[in-house]
Amino acid sequence: MSALSQTTEVVDPVPGADAPHLPGQPDLVQLLTPEGERVEHPEYSLDVTDDELRSLYRDLALVRRWDVEATALQRQGELGIWASLLGQEAAQVGAGRALAADDMAFPTYREHGVAWTRGVDPLHVISLFRGVDQGGWDPVATKFNLYTVVIGAQTLHATGYAMGLQRDGAESATLAFLGDGATSQGEVNEAMIWAATFSAPVVFFCQNNQYAISVPIERQSRVPLFRRAAGFGFPGVRVDGNDVLAVLAVTRAALAAARDGQGPTFIEAFTYRMGAHTTSDDPTRYRLASELEEWKLRDPIARLKAYLSRSGIADADFFTSVDAEGDQLAVRIRQGTLEMPDPAGTEIFDHVYAEQTPELARQREEFVAYHASFEGAES
Amino acid sequence: MSTETLTIGKALNLGLRRAMEDDAKVVLMGEDIGKLGGVFRITDGLQKDFGDARVVDTPLAEAGILGTAVGLAMRGYRPVCEIQFDGFVFPAYNQIVTQVAKIHARSKGRLPMPIVIRIPFGGGIGAVEHHSESPEAYFAHTAGLKVVAVSTPSDAYWGIQQAITHPDPIVFLEPKRRYWEKGEVDTDATPDPLFASRVLRGGDDVTVLAYGPMVKTALQAAEAAAEEGRSLEVVDLRTLSPLDLEPVYASVRRTGRCVVVHEAPTTLGLGAEIAARVTETCFHSLEAPVLRVGGYDTPYPPSKLEEEYLPDLDRVLDAVDRSLGF
Repeated sequence: MSALSQTTEVVDPVPGADAPHLPGQPDLVQLLTPEGERVEHPEYSLDVTDDELRSLYRDLALVRRWDVEATALQRQGELGIWASLLGQEAAQVGAGRALAADDMAFPTYREHGVAWTRGVDPLHVISLFRGVDQGGWDPVATKFNLYTVVIGAQTLHATGYAMGLQRDGAESATLAFLGDGATSQGEVNEAMIWAATFSAPVVFFCQNNQYAISVPIERQSRVPLFRRAAGFGFPGVRVDGNDVLAVLAVTRAALAAARDGQGPTFIEAFTYRMGAHTTSDDPTRYRLASELEEWKLRDPIARLKAYLSRSGIADADFFTSVDAEGDQLAVRIRQGTLEMPDPAGTEIFDHVYAEQTPELARQREEFVAYHASFEGAES
Repeated sequence: MSTETLTIGKALNLGLRRAMEDDAKVVLMGEDIGKLGGVFRITDGLQKDFGDARVVDTPLAEAGILGTAVGLAMRGYRPVCEIQFDGFVFPAYNQIVTQVAKIHARSKGRLPMPIVIRIPFGGGIGAVEHHSESPEAYFAHTAGLKVVAVSTPSDAYWGIQQAITHPDPIVFLEPKRRYWEKGEVDTDATPDPLFASRVLRGGDDVTVLAYGPMVKTALQAAEAAAEEGRSLEVVDLRTLSPLDLEPVYASVRRTGRCVVVHEAPTTLGLGAEIAARVTETCFHSLEAPVLRVGGYDTPYPPSKLEEEYLPDLDRVLDAVDRSLGF
């Protein structure tokens, strides 16, 4: 035996690390089974009215309809790119509906479902992917920050904003969205250290959709993501991300704790991206069709529909009316996209600074004069 | 009029104090800035007087300092972030360049980013690696940021207050080897605008531009040149982004010659931009090409060699000779 093996006790640092990424284990909070059966959880109960349940279904269905339409628009060349949320509707709607009016959400770039719950016009999200602007909604009025594309950067913004809430004595919290890949980023780890150290009222909501573009979660983490929170000194919870009721319950509880001065929580919403990372990649290159088929059985919308039907909370007329509303939304999105005016060229100069610099003012004048020089010329 | 003789370091300390008194939303954040008062003692005594919520000893993570500053700014605060040494700004570089600089534009002006990033910069203090760098070109190249470099106690005192009240994010460069230089500060004066260069010494033969730690070197060179009967006009740039070159153009049109001095590596440094602009603007007035005196294109060397690396009075005078030789 070597000296090393004589003196070193090898301990499995992570019990259960061999199979860390499988759903259906006791750690997974679930209130609605994939078959659409309502179950109870000892720590997370949910008090929702039938109206609220129908409203959640409507959210899920309309957000999916929006997503399908946007994907089609991209395929027809009307959008430069689209980041589909297909499969993640419950995680996003559940988290979004858990927010109070004064809470602030910090999305990545796929949180269309959260945007929906904040009242952001879908066309204001579409305009970003069409290349008209960097996001047309007002982040101050909607309490939904602009999308952040650099992975994980927004978790620090959410933490800083939460520190501001804390200083102001506001009884509000922030909800920071991130993906499984983002947990590998240094800045995300810094955000969690900060949040813990200052007991900031921030909830980290990680949608573990199993892939960072093409790279599976096994390449990001040896441990289930929710367990990482313990190392930072705050609770970590794994919730079935395809169960809108469980996500709503868990996120509500975490936000309430944050507002109550109990500091951060890390939520891992265990879910699956049914489509590509964006319309630019081809998921058949990096994952098996059987995996997709397996996840289709856990579809977040089908399971709520099954529950609502079976329990008599919603009837066929209700589902028909939601479908009709979805068709109207799709028409509005399509027409709105096609009619969206291109921005004026001078806009690129207009908001670089709060106080314009002389150099940029000069470049703007030069730009205007240059373009004016073509006026009246043959096209 | 209330004039005091202060070091640059003390002037910054008093300027920060006054900014904090004037606006309760000003929050200082950084490593070791509380009880220790910062490794250069710039924040000395401020935590004692303003409390640890306004002078925040942060975890040791630069991206965290800048990233949380973004969130605080969105909440109406005015964060003043101290980066301990220039070479340590790079872990925060992502937040500064991809976030702090762009959020105002991205949000169409809805989210102002009144953040000040204080960086003690430049060499000459005999430090180990990563403690003596000149990263200004990275920031000046980034749209959405403004960059200033102070060189006198008066500018330090007023400049830090002006930077804090300014609505845009500002990289505020402090010449660390000059922290102990003394000068007069009129604390009742109306300060010069923050984004304006200034002629510090009039002259007729060559225009010499410098900023931060090199201003003193340029003035020493002008002193030495005067003994040889050469008259150098010295301009302190003060603002690196936006550049204020109108006074420089006026000077060059008179002297016909221009030498730019900085510590940063010469290739693609600010001197290159200034040389291009002066050439474009003053082409018919130039008697010689615009010359640059800068650091070499090497990593900052071990301290026993830094005197070789840093532009000094002799290298400035050599460039003046070359300019006059055309």
